[in-house]
Amino acid sequence: MQTAEPIIQLVGLGKEFMTSNGPITALDDINLSIEKGEIFGIIGLSGAGKSTLVRCINYLEVPTSGKVLFENQSLTDMTSRRRRLARRSMGMIFQQFNLLAQRNVIQNVCFPLEIANISKDKAIKRAMELLELVGLEDRAKAYPSQLSGGQKQRVAIARALANNPKILLCDEATSALDPNTTKSILELLKEINKNMGVTVVVITHEMSVIESICDRVAIIDQSHIAEAGKVADIFSEPKSRIGRQLILGEAGEQAIRFGGSKRVRISFDGRSSSEPVLSNLILACKVPVNIMHAETRDINGTALGQMVIQLPEEEMDQNRVLNYLKTAKITYEEVKDYDL
Amino acid sequence: MTFDAATIAMLKAGIWESLYMTFASSFFAYLIGIPLGILLIVMDKDGIYPVPWFQRILGLIINLLRSVPFIILLIMVLPITRAIVGTTLGATAVIPPLVIASAPYVARVVESSFKEVDAGVIEAAKSMGASTLQIIWKVLLPEAKPSLLVGGALSVTTILAYSAMAGFVGGGGLGDIAIKYGYYRYQMNMMFVTVAILVIIFQIIQESGMKLSKISDKRIR
Repeated sequence: MQTAEPIIQLVGLGKEFMTSNGPITALDDINLSIEKGEIFGIIGLSGAGKSTLVRCINYLEVPTSGKVLFENQSLTDMTSRRRRLARRSMGMIFQQFNLLAQRNVIQNVCFPLEIANISKDKAIKRAMELLELVGLEDRAKAYPSQLSGGQKQRVAIARALANNPKILLCDEATSALDPNTTKSILELLKEINKNMGVTVVVITHEMSVIESICDRVAIIDQSHIAEAGKVADIFSEPKSRIGRQLILGEAGEQAIRFGGSKRVRISFDGRSSSEPVLSNLILACKVPVNIMHAETRDINGTALGQMVIQLPEEEMDQNRVLNYLKTAKITYEEVKDYDL
Repeated sequence: MTFDAATIAMLKAGIWESLYMTFASSFFAYLIGIPLGILLIVMDKDGIYPVPWFQRILGLIINLLRSVPFIILLIMVLPITRAIVGTTLGATAVIPPLVIASAPYVARVVESSFKEVDAGVIEAAKSMGASTLQIIWKVLLPEAKPSLLVGGALSVTTILAYSAMAGFVGGGGLGDIAIKYGYYRYQMNMMFVTVAILVIIFQIIQESGMKLSKISDKRIR
């Protein structure tokens, strides 16, 4: 990111929905600036308003207050015709792919070109280029029902890029895909961003998506931006409650209570020092433990020493840990407060 | 009675008249019904070009027309029929009331086919900057095609059944024969034959509509 030139600016953006139970605020005073050439992530739990937010960027949802600026031009003040033309510079992909089921792959990619009144020959040529880019040139004549989820999303990406957009909006684009396919789609988005200079906006509820491709991120919670900044900064030091929850996971939020619960002394009596006994225990039992006291020494490759750990209050968790210790043949004993 | 050459010729003429009434009426009913169906879906409050007040009034008129029993409508529109066709007798004279009765029905059938089109696909087209007309032409109609064909079979067979009723007012066709011979002269075998022919035509139209829909649908392969 050289010069921070904004491509999208949201200024005091708000959106209210009228329902039979009165108005519902989906977005409230959103201020964001997305820079040219970056991959910008917007993360939040479901219902936080992130899908509404991305739809406000291309005006699929009309905000009830505030402004949307695209390359310093206010979409809010445009006529609906000019807004439609502006949308051609903004590609969008969706969680459910939204391909035309009655058109084959190449016809789907040609669709936005038809809408832009581009001649058929040119459209087909461009569509083939794009299918090559997403690696599906051999499936041009296939229909969406014959494709896997990952292939459908690739077609959708090719389609979204057909009119050479400046920005690509991705609304939960990988949420319906398995982890491996997700990875390959994210790689493709990254490539497109790097090679074609297309700014990418990623909406997701998965921190791993943000982590793997985004430069900057905004965390949205209950219609507000809780915090925004460089991914590295937010990851290392989340300031908001929701940020901690998303990054540290469940454990960060609902701290497991230890109170005055059971304590266990583990003795390391000659196991290999390269065996991470405690880490293995935590991973296997998926239960946090509290280290109260530890002294271990590595003597010629053998770990010697002892450690006192406190188990969570929940009895089921405690039993899981004790069972693990038993099966792993680790020497342990329960300890009382006084013989710490 | 016996099925002599004259009877068979009459039945043949009846079949052609019935088919003529059915398909000519279906054609005009769709000519009116498709645009109405499009208006109903597009102007809905959640549609792509919402004009809810107009959509509601249109819906009301359609319901009103649909709730008039066909046999009553047939008589009510006699002046209109005379103005358009010049006569109130014969197969052609049945076409105006058939169209008036079935166009609102077709509009509802078409509307329900359009409702099946995935809202996400329409949203995607919007995100590409498609205009309302482009969405109708390039998304709604082609995506709804298989469902429109199923609806077509339903509408045409319904119009066939309506056309048979037109025999009561001297409309011609198989229904006319069934009433003249079966009802007025009490020739039951003649009535059964005409009904059997109607059943066969009905089956053919219904089945070919379903088949066409299946062939045209790219979702199941």
